[in-house]
Amino acid sequence: MKQKRSKTMLPKQGVESTAISRRKVLKGAAAAAGVAAGSGAITGFPTIWAQEIKDIVLRHQGVSYSVIQTIGDQAAKDLGFKVEMQNADTSTAIARFITQPNSVDIPDLEGWQTKVAVARGLVQAIDVKRIKQFDNILPIFTKGEYEGRKVSRQGISPYEVMYVEDKLSTKIVEGVHDWMTFLPQVYNADSIGYRPDLVGHSVTQWKELISPTFKGRSAILDVPNIGIMDAALALESAGIATYKNKGNMTKAEIDVTINALIDLKKKGQFRATWTTFEQSVELMAGGEVEIQSMWSPAVTAVLAKGIQCTYAPVNISADGKEGYRGWCNGMGLMRHLTGKKLDAAYEYLNWYYSGWQGAFVARHGYYSPVPSTAQKFMTPNEYDYWYLGKPASDVIKDPDGTPIAKAGAVRDGGSFIERFNNISCWNTVMDENQYMIQRWNEFKSA
Amino acid sequence: MLTLTQRSVASPFSWTRLRPYLQVMPLVAVMMVFVVAPLCFVVAVSFFRYDNFEVIPDFSLENYQSVLTSHLTLSLYLTMLKLAAFTWVFTLLIGFSVAYFLVFHVRNRTVAIGLFLLCTVPFWTSNVIRMISWLPLLGKQGVINSALMFLGLTDKPLTFLLFSDFSVIVSYVHLFTIFMIVPIFNTMSRIDRSLFEAATDAGAGRFGTLVLVVLPLTKSGIVLGSIFVVTLVMGDFYVVRVMSGGTDASVVSAMYDDISTLLFPHAAASAVILVTLLTLMVAAILRVVNVRGELTGGR
Repeated sequence: MKQKRSKTMLPKQGVESTAISRRKVLKGAAAAAGVAAGSGAITGFPTIWAQEIKDIVLRHQGVSYSVIQTIGDQAAKDLGFKVEMQNADTSTAIARFITQPNSVDIPDLEGWQTKVAVARGLVQAIDVKRIKQFDNILPIFTKGEYEGRKVSRQGISPYEVMYVEDKLSTKIVEGVHDWMTFLPQVYNADSIGYRPDLVGHSVTQWKELISPTFKGRSAILDVPNIGIMDAALALESAGIATYKNKGNMTKAEIDVTINALIDLKKKGQFRATWTTFEQSVELMAGGEVEIQSMWSPAVTAVLAKGIQCTYAPVNISADGKEGYRGWCNGMGLMRHLTGKKLDAAYEYLNWYYSGWQGAFVARHGYYSPVPSTAQKFMTPNEYDYWYLGKPASDVIKDPDGTPIAKAGAVRDGGSFIERFNNISCWNTVMDENQYMIQRWNEFKSA
Repeated sequence: MLTLTQRSVASPFSWTRLRPYLQVMPLVAVMMVFVVAPLCFVVAVSFFRYDNFEVIPDFSLENYQSVLTSHLTLSLYLTMLKLAAFTWVFTLLIGFSVAYFLVFHVRNRTVAIGLFLLCTVPFWTSNVIRMISWLPLLGKQGVINSALMFLGLTDKPLTFLLFSDFSVIVSYVHLFTIFMIVPIFNTMSRIDRSLFEAATDAGAGRFGTLVLVVLPLTKSGIVLGSIFVVTLVMGDFYVVRVMSGGTDASVVSAMYDDISTLLFPHAAASAVILVTLLTLMVAAILRVVNVRGELTGGR
């Protein structure tokens, strides 16, 4: 690395100090990292650096709600190199990371994908010292706790798969270490969405999903590995079943869950199941269903059509029932990244924590793991509404500028801290995955 | 050595003998690369094992055992066979009638061809669009239900119209009838008209002629159309998923769910079984009707 950089040592245009501190950061010098973090050098790179990196293209691939073109364009503008955003669904993406690892630079990873990617040696670990905002990442992710409360470990929590012991390790370890498997980027807590105009009362419990009141008017998510957790939350809430770990059920627990679902289906409980964001919006907006497991931005999308829709707050009750199903997507570094391209990848990762992205995803109803920087890119009204769950002091608009909440409106579910203190389980793939998928399909074809 | 020389003398290089083989080479090459090779790969993977998302090359019959001994497989195939049967009946009735009308009732051949091309117009848009366009028609608040309720024929929306076997079959029939029309139209067009006169002379009525003359002579078209429709339905996963509102699973959607969490060997075994069954079905159909003979006019 040294000899490569020697010709760039000549300072130009009086940017010497910045240039040097940047270069040190890029070498991963721990001491300099802190200095650079303070310099806030997100934009306006030194000319030399700009010339070196302008031909670099980073390929970031993953699901559409995490790998977003607008964000990539903004990153490219700020960083001075090209960023290609490529969308694929979860399964296609992980298959591609495995079969064509060199065609991707930054894989979009959720918990179980991280497990696969690390075990198979697809990624190199991220050096904690090179992540400037590391200390400002919410401890939900880095320590598995928040304000002294342990975050649920049912399913695959981000913390569960966060660390390895060295750069090329293929074994995920417990506890805090210097090497991260993936950098959390966007997360949320999923719950139930309903039409208040049709349902007629406020919903705070999962059992409403399977209540006879909504026979033929409810729907459930049909992505087996997470749909079954929504079902489990509902069955647990109704007192039909109990679970040790909803995110990693035993065969017996899977049987109880699926048998109950088949029973409900035969009684005509479910109007439909849905697999995509758009389907869930259509089901709700078209009046086919009144209550269903739903994602926060889908609720926002229904609202944007001028149709009432509420995102049910499902705080964990005293007896341990209820709670949200959390998820988190982050960015990894493919193993083939080296030299300048790896440096650029670190720049890209750091850029995500510089605030612009955090503000952008917030307007979709999602969150950034570093709210403190996102705040700088939002109006106080927006930050209060989206992050803190306070009443809006002015109209709230979605990223396209469509008003979705009037002044005085409060976001369903309160502040993000309230939500994340109420996560019951995390998106997962269970140990008994194959058995579960088979049984889930029995429910589907029943 | 002697025999070798003799053989080479006995079969001299012959352009005429070689030519047909050379002519089929491009097709063979394409089929090898795009059909045979991927299929071999799928067959190979179907014997692999897997463990916690890791696919392990091996020769194991576990996947086949798991697929073949599961109730799920049976119920998925029964569902799909039921859907295929209904779709087949309706596409055949509609396809045959349309082709019959075009060939025998439209006197002007240019008009007939024009009308035939008109049948293909809806196919200028994608399958997905044509399928999804049923949703606003059949939904709870859709056109049909709104009309029925406006007329006072029902007081509650009919829910069986959408997200049911009914809506799946409606979509299939809509999407696949053209695959029945085309081959039947093709074989019907080649029926010698003088046979009709002969049939009339022999005392057959219109219905008699249809059953005794037209039907047997369009057998090969019907068979080809049936193969298209049945294999398309059996291999479908998207129409079932959307039109049943996800309340039904198909053979292929179960494979999709396997693949979504990297259970490739299991999905591969399931795929091999589906391909084998469909091949057997097609072979059985072709044994009943000698399509090649009928198409080339030989018996």
